[in-house]
Amino acid sequence: MARIIVVTSGKGGVGKTTTSAAIAMGLAKKGHKTAVIDFDVGLRNLDLIMGCERRVVYDFVNVINGEATLNQALIRDKNCNLLYILPASQTRDKDALSQEGVGKILDELKKDFKYIVCDSPAGIEKGAHLAMYFADDAFIVTNPEVSSVRDSDRMLGILSSKSRRAEQNEEPIKEYLLLSRYSPDRVKLGEMLSVDDVQEILSLHLLGVIPESKSVLNASNSGTPVILDEKSDAGQAYADIVARYLGEDRPHRFIDDKQGLFGKLFGRK
Amino acid sequence: MSTDSQQNAHQSPVLEFKSSTFSVPVLVLASNDVITIEQQLQEKIHQAPEFFKNSPLVFDLQELNKLDLDIDVTELTHVIRKLGLLPIGIRGGGAQQNQQALELGIPIHSGHIARDGVYAANQSGTGAASTATSSGAPKQQAPEPEPELESGHDHESEQESTAEPQAVAVNTTIITHPVRSGQRIYAAGDLVILAQVSAGAEILAEGNIHVYGSLRGRALAGVQGNTEARIFCSALQAELISIAGNYKVSEDLNSAAHIRPVQIYLQNHTLVIKDI
Ligand SMILES: Nc1ncnc2c1ncn2[C@@H]1O[C@H](COP(=O)(O)OP(=O)(O)OP(=O)(O)O)[C@@H](O)[C@H]1O
Ligand SMILES: [Mg+2]
Repeated sequence: MARIIVVTSGKGGVGKTTTSAAIAMGLAKKGHKTAVIDFDVGLRNLDLIMGCERRVVYDFVNVINGEATLNQALIRDKNCNLLYILPASQTRDKDALSQEGVGKILDELKKDFKYIVCDSPAGIEKGAHLAMYFADDAFIVTNPEVSSVRDSDRMLGILSSKSRRAEQNEEPIKEYLLLSRYSPDRVKLGEMLSVDDVQEILSLHLLGVIPESKSVLNASNSGTPVILDEKSDAGQAYADIVARYLGEDRPHRFIDDKQGLFGKLFGRK
Repeated sequence: MSTDSQQNAHQSPVLEFKSSTFSVPVLVLASNDVITIEQQLQEKIHQAPEFFKNSPLVFDLQELNKLDLDIDVTELTHVIRKLGLLPIGIRGGGAQQNQQALELGIPIHSGHIARDGVYAANQSGTGAASTATSSGAPKQQAPEPEPELESGHDHESEQESTAEPQAVAVNTTIITHPVRSGQRIYAAGDLVILAQVSAGAEILAEGNIHVYGSLRGRALAGVQGNTEARIFCSALQAELISIAGNYKVSEDLNSAAHIRPVQIYLQNHTLVIKDI
């Protein structure tokens, strides 16, 4: 059975698109045929992170409007032939998406793909609503700060009451917490919430912690999802996340200061 | 979906009327001085902005009219809307006031005698009401959520009930999942929550409220005026607690002191917080 994963947050700029690209690539690399859809109509940028922006002919809205077939619009990834990207339109606005249209496309994708990753726009308006409506699993991307955690909580409320599964009284969407841009140093200084703080507020299953990392910017500049940078901390964090999602048991990393022990030995505060 | 309903258009009804009970704050006025009303209302809103934001509201002019104080409904409505509340009904108004309200698209809630009787009883049973009668001239009481019969008004706190109110009053509603920011739960009887209530969430019950988790949102027990109602929780960090219209906001709560199991009840119109 295909599964639809929504990557969502409420708050903007927390790392949804970075995460969507990384986990879609991770799932495909593990041998699962995966599609990743950009729901951020008007602000196209998943294609930039996936490095396929110069191969976009048709987009999500063209398919909904019947101006192109799904096969014409899907772009095969240059690094992995099990991964396909459905880009967003830059020229339309969010009203171009309809629940019926999105539902049809997802149904069609489900016949052919194992995982369908939906990169949600920020906010709780129509675009975000459509991205999560048909989901089976939700990856809640949160930064360790109060406003982001609050917005995630709000989004969790919406997932549990306004989604298709909720409306049809089916088993609820499975919710996972991805704590991103985590910096143990700043947690120690009291500038950021700790993993425990966030867990305490959201009481949600933690799928993984992604450290604040330069490698993310490098990856997006070069148009390759950061998970392909196997040496980088963020890349490894995403690899762990994909493995855990697929049922592997991996200990959490990147929660403590890398130099924690060093720090203690040399009396760093 | 649309094709389905088109096909079925001639066979099955696509609409149905149901009677639902809603909890709506009622603004009881004891002065016709709109400027003072605005000031005091603003102060109240300031204490719990989230609670009042876009809240529907019924205003009650019965006390005013008893005192022969006339008030300009258009002006009053303007002030209420300006403060971000949405008036959805007038009660206890005179013929001319009702006419004014109707022209503004505000329905008239004919003060059913029985209902007003119940309301009066509630009023004398709450601290809010007693402040209203003991303090000086212009005043307005804390909005006291109380049920109004409405139809077709979409509100998240809606609890569909076709049964008699007496029959549902003994019900206990059990919620097993966390109540998240932006969500609202209304229980016609007792409300038991086996998870946390997040900041920005709101839970309301006509009876008692039990929260077996952290209570960080707003909890309102005895919303129909039951002064015997209590709130129990495993850790009190609430934004607002209220029993029968008597409320405290987090600023009054010294919340750090109560992050442990407590119960809250009403004693001489004052909320008492006690360790369990
Ligand atoms: N782990 C990380 N370390 C450092 N920078 C990061 C990390 N994750 C994301 N970023 C940076 O944060 C910015 C926003 O990331 P991204 O576009 O993935 O967020 P988003 O949630 O999709 O934003 P929007 O709400 O606008 O769609 C980007 O500049 C990205 O490079
Ligand atoms: Mg994005």
